[in-house]
Amino acid sequence: MLIMRHELLLITITVILLIVEIFLPNTQKHKIILPAILLMAAVTLVGFIPGTPGVLFGGMYQSTALTMMLKNILNIGVLIIFIQSVDWLKQDQNKEKVSEFFILILSTLIGMNYMISSGDFLMFYLGLELATIPIAALAAYERYKEKSAEAGVKLIFTSALSSGILLYGLSMIYGTTGTMYFADVAPLITGAPLQVLAFIFFFTGMAFKISLVPFHLWTADVYEGAPVNVASYLSVISKGAAVFILTIILYTVFAKIVVIWSQMLYIIIILTITVGNLFAMRQQNLKRFLAFSSIAQAGFILLGIIGQSQLGMTTAIYFVLVYIFSNLGAFGVVAIISNRTGKETINDYDGLYRTNPKLSLVMMLALFSLAGIPPLAGFFGKFFLFTAAGKQGYFILLLIALLNTIISLYYYLLVIKAMLLNSNDQPIAKFKSDCYTRLGLVLCVAGMAVIGFASVIYENIFNLSFGIF
Amino acid sequence: MFEGVPLQWFLVTGTIMFFVGIYGFLVRKNLITILMSIELILNSVNINFVAFNKILYPGHLEGMFFTIFVIAVAAAETSVAIAIIINIYRRIVNIDVEKMNEMKY
Repeated sequence: MLIMRHELLLITITVILLIVEIFLPNTQKHKIILPAILLMAAVTLVGFIPGTPGVLFGGMYQSTALTMMLKNILNIGVLIIFIQSVDWLKQDQNKEKVSEFFILILSTLIGMNYMISSGDFLMFYLGLELATIPIAALAAYERYKEKSAEAGVKLIFTSALSSGILLYGLSMIYGTTGTMYFADVAPLITGAPLQVLAFIFFFTGMAFKISLVPFHLWTADVYEGAPVNVASYLSVISKGAAVFILTIILYTVFAKIVVIWSQMLYIIIILTITVGNLFAMRQQNLKRFLAFSSIAQAGFILLGIIGQSQLGMTTAIYFVLVYIFSNLGAFGVVAIISNRTGKETINDYDGLYRTNPKLSLVMMLALFSLAGIPPLAGFFGKFFLFTAAGKQGYFILLLIALLNTIISLYYYLLVIKAMLLNSNDQPIAKFKSDCYTRLGLVLCVAGMAVIGFASVIYENIFNLSFGIF
Repeated sequence: MFEGVPLQWFLVTGTIMFFVGIYGFLVRKNLITILMSIELILNSVNINFVAFNKILYPGHLEGMFFTIFVIAVAAAETSVAIAIIINIYRRIVNIDVEKMNEMKY
């Protein structure tokens, strides 16, 4: 019973919100916001109580100290997104469907938790689908807007195709091994041609979800069309959960064909980082800009996975944690400005520092953290990732990644230059954000400042991670 | 009913269906036919699972179970997709993918 604690708590609060939603009249729907956030905060806190590791359903569901920590990381991210989206949910056009936002996001989070805890490809697939289908509904949330509807179409069709390709790979894995349990499949993976083909199909499906480069084309469109808070959820939590489970599966199930998948990752990392950075440079819309920057960041995360060791897994998880706070900081500022003024391009941000100094400061810190400037957590995240890849001797790859870091610094500084230096006759007017938005941004800044220096977090992740050898 | 049919025949059928589905997904212009292509892909997966289960590993039923879950999830996916298609039809009175070009580059 206590083994499935995270999922059961989330299911409980989802059901509570559903029932409360029935009894609230349409004009009173916004009253659900505060209870939802408080319940989520309570679940996040309870998640930190140490639980008992164990196995359920004959090995289909496994809970270890590692998976519990990963779920806690996701819970924190979702809590921050809930807090940041209050300002958007209180707008007039959303007032009748406030509770749907919480219910859909919570159900995707349940799916992600099951996905991370899966010990079997069936459970993994069910979790993956539960984590993707409601997001498509969320992307089309602002259904009176053509762009939002278009984003929903693009997201549901690409994710359906990707899960179809992934399933085809799984069917071949089943054909060659005769089982779907991770523990039973792992010793039977021998690197036979059919298994390599199966792995490629499987990896393609996952690469769609993480938006690695040959499969990234949906990302920018969906992020631009979807509401900003949903886009931030997609870029942070959805991507983070997929990275977690991909790391676990690569390190356990496909550990025997590590030579093959490290070569694949090598090429994909170079493509992802380079294409993501080059396309980010020419974007004017900030949501598309952040989409391409998040593609490049996904490439950096893979640098840790290619490290193949305990250190590699640690750095990948640690970087996702840092990335959650940095990216949510940037998206939070974009969201509040988009809600209040409707402006989303970089030129609109000219002279933001004169009118809204605090917001532009948060944006600057978040972008510096994404670029990896030393005092912030982003620097430590990238530094550890490079260490993990360097230990395996991928020095040419590291050189390319370092050059790309310089490119990324250029386009992050473009936004900062627009905010601090450029003059503008009609800058974004001064506005006062509500306490929820402030709390969300303060949490992000605190995360960016603290995670880099509190070595206890890194050591805790390190102790729970595992390598191939 | 299928006694004596070799495994290869099922696998070739499945592979053809899979790539017809991929081709349809990339080439078709109507959202509903694209959705049908996705169904083809998922059904090719089902054929693979059932054939492997029946011929190679008849002792367990894992492949059959997987097929049942794939069918159920495909139904859920289709219903959400159709809801979204209806939504976009209300916006632009069209379900041609070529018309969904509000966002590019």
